[in-house]
Amino acid sequence: MPEFRTEEMVLNMGPQHPSTHGVMRFVVHTDGEVMRVAKPDVGYLHRSIEKIAEKLKYPQFMPFTDRIDYLAAMNCNMGYAMTVEKLAGIEVPPRAEYIRVIASELNRIASHLISVGVMGLELGAVTPFLHAIRERETINDLMEELCGARLTYNYIRIGGVAQDLPAGFAEKTIEFLDHFVPAVDEYNRLLSYNKIFVKRMADVAVISAENAVDYGLVGPNLRASGVKWDLRRDEPYSVYPQFEFDIPVGTGEKGQVGDCYDRYMLRIREMVESSRIIKQCLAAVPDGPVQTKLPASLKVPEGEAYVRTESVRGELGYYVISDGSDKPYRLRIRTGSFSAMSIVELTSRGLMIADLVALIGSLDVVAPEIDR
Amino acid sequence: MRYFADWIIENLEFTRAIPSEYVYLIIMVVGGLLLLLFVVPMAGALTFVERRVAGKMQSRIGPNRVGPQGIFQFVADGVKLILKEDIIPTAADRRLFKLAPYIVFVGSFLTFAALPFSQKLIAADLNIGILYIFAVSSMVVVGIIMSGWASNNNLSLLGGMRSAAQIISYEVPQILSVLAVILLTGTLGMQGTIKAQGWAPQHWFLFHNPFAFIAFFVFFISAVAECNRIPFDIPEAESELVSGYNTEYSGFRFGLFFLAEFANVYVISAVAVTLFLGGWNTPFYLPTGIWGLLPSAVNLAGLITFLIKTFVLVFVCMWLRWTLPRLRVDQLMTVGWKYMVPIAFFNLVGTAVWMLVWGDKSIAALLGG
Amino acid sequence: MELIDYLPIFILLIIAVLFVGGTILVSHMVGRRKYGKEKMSPYESGMIPVGDARRRFSVKFYVVAILFVIFDIEVVFMYPWAVIFKKLGVFGFVEMMIFIAILLVGFIYIWKKGALEWA
Repeated sequence: MPEFRTEEMVLNMGPQHPSTHGVMRFVVHTDGEVMRVAKPDVGYLHRSIEKIAEKLKYPQFMPFTDRIDYLAAMNCNMGYAMTVEKLAGIEVPPRAEYIRVIASELNRIASHLISVGVMGLELGAVTPFLHAIRERETINDLMEELCGARLTYNYIRIGGVAQDLPAGFAEKTIEFLDHFVPAVDEYNRLLSYNKIFVKRMADVAVISAENAVDYGLVGPNLRASGVKWDLRRDEPYSVYPQFEFDIPVGTGEKGQVGDCYDRYMLRIREMVESSRIIKQCLAAVPDGPVQTKLPASLKVPEGEAYVRTESVRGELGYYVISDGSDKPYRLRIRTGSFSAMSIVELTSRGLMIADLVALIGSLDVVAPEIDR
Repeated sequence: MRYFADWIIENLEFTRAIPSEYVYLIIMVVGGLLLLLFVVPMAGALTFVERRVAGKMQSRIGPNRVGPQGIFQFVADGVKLILKEDIIPTAADRRLFKLAPYIVFVGSFLTFAALPFSQKLIAADLNIGILYIFAVSSMVVVGIIMSGWASNNNLSLLGGMRSAAQIISYEVPQILSVLAVILLTGTLGMQGTIKAQGWAPQHWFLFHNPFAFIAFFVFFISAVAECNRIPFDIPEAESELVSGYNTEYSGFRFGLFFLAEFANVYVISAVAVTLFLGGWNTPFYLPTGIWGLLPSAVNLAGLITFLIKTFVLVFVCMWLRWTLPRLRVDQLMTVGWKYMVPIAFFNLVGTAVWMLVWGDKSIAALLGG
Repeated sequence: MELIDYLPIFILLIIAVLFVGGTILVSHMVGRRKYGKEKMSPYESGMIPVGDARRRFSVKFYVVAILFVIFDIEVVFMYPWAVIFKKLGVFGFVEMMIFIAILLVGFIYIWKKGALEWA
């Protein structure tokens, strides 16, 4: 008797597909609804940002860092500024450090709101997404007041920040946070604890702590697998050591540790923690200048430096080699989304097509950050 | 429709000159056109209402530019769809590709033939009305799977397959849950089912007995699944399959799928109202005797009652859509086969036992003595 | 019930077909047409499709179809029974319970066999 078998279907998800945020591609091998494997194919959004850096003076590169991760531009600014400061030995005024943390954490909330909202969108719930966008709008307004831009800020500069906090910024931020933290419960009721949502997310695409470490996952994706690793706590930088905040880790509250639901829920908890940091930070901002005087043409002494910061999508590392001129000799960026993409192939085996969408959404990859 | 034809032949002098068969025919063609004039704008308007409802739920406005409050948005959309380029992919099976929208639209439009609107307004009060509606609405799945297959596109094919699997899986509990009502009425006619109920909620089959109450929810959930709407919209899950079976369709061919979908939402709501929510029953007594050409006031009251109830259910469908995420295909099958089918069977047996013990007395009748 | 009661349905069928055909025809005439090789190829997220979409498909879907055929036919048998249930009384009830019991045995069998599982 001939063996019955079904043919494998090769399905392209992307580069132009609704579930790929930005331009990326997955080659999906399926048997009906069940996937054999989904292979990520990266590189569709490569803009040679690293190469461009070699042609630009150190401060001139700052706007390009915005474009590495457009959802968390502030964090990208900060990492680059810190790297150059380390290499050039520039002191940052304390007030600027506080403002940097406020801006980055606000940005973290904004980015996580997108991630959480899109997670609903991926699973067919459109309304929570728009509610999340509504909250993010307030943050965008705050950012606009702070630096004039709503998405690509170019606000954090080498040696400080571009401008001081505008008048009334602290009050408005606190007003927003007082509204936002209770509102998180509302979103939880609307989406997080929805039966269908939990069924779709729990026990789906489980990434074990071991695999997460092996594949170099960082940030929320790593913590959701139960690894308590947050650079803000474990390798403190800026003024983070002064604040009290928790590092949420995946608990497997509806399924196993490291499933899609954990990754989703972790981001919600991180937003609350970020709110705590911002509040403490606003209360403690010292007076003083916000920018160190730098020479008109910043020459960085020969050497190399690697600085990693906890960006929204995890560890964001800048590696800069200087040859003593006013341009970097080589600049390399290590991003969280890239490593998150690498685990898709392993995790996707045996999932259903719909789960792949949940997996990509829960990994919260941002296409420009993958390819730079 | 027969009723009006009879009335016209009886009351209008000039019609006597023509053979009554022709009068019947003309009346029916006019009636059919009127029905089309109801269904197409209604389905179009529902797309607009849905967008406004979604807007309200998502704290935004929704379309409000074309006409007052944007009520002519659907007209603009329709015109746009007609003006769009009509594309048939080269790899597609041209004949099936063209045929699919016909079947989908005809399948959903023909169900309207047996749908009552008021005491007298019904195109054809068949004695097997319920069975007819299920039979004809099943045609839609043929069209959908045809479109998925003909497109020669992986996503479309998957969407068509999913749709077929889903619709046929939920048809079983749907049909089983309706049996509970048929047991109570002993008729398959739509008007007969409504007549067996009263205008007051305690006389509706929804509150007739506990089993009928459960049957309503089984029916409605299955019906929503048959319409491919969230939380059961996996055949066109846009985040997975782009647009599912109608990915390759453009212009008005696509528009027809859309029209049919919204017409189906109306159909399932109307059937639910007919079977469980008292249909057009109003507190007003329907007098026999003097009739006008237009439906009498009571008839009109019945029409309004029926439409209000139906659109409330249509609204519930929209509410569900903008609140819930969608199920995964295996979960969908689990819900359908492992929950809905057993519950429906249990319901059927329960209703039969109820009938044996108490006859067709409702809870209200039992409590009232 | 006479055959004339079904006439409206036939007329509606003609009207529906004419409506669909008419709108598609109008759309075909007034819509702009500019065909190209790329436009006429199936949508595959911007890639060139791998092979033909018509091929042996996952057997799961066919299993569901077979289950449906079986169950739907059984359920249709219950319709006439339900209509005259009041007249049949206890006899009809017992008869149908036996029928349902047999059906449920089959249902439990396919459930245990895993025909309803997808993963």
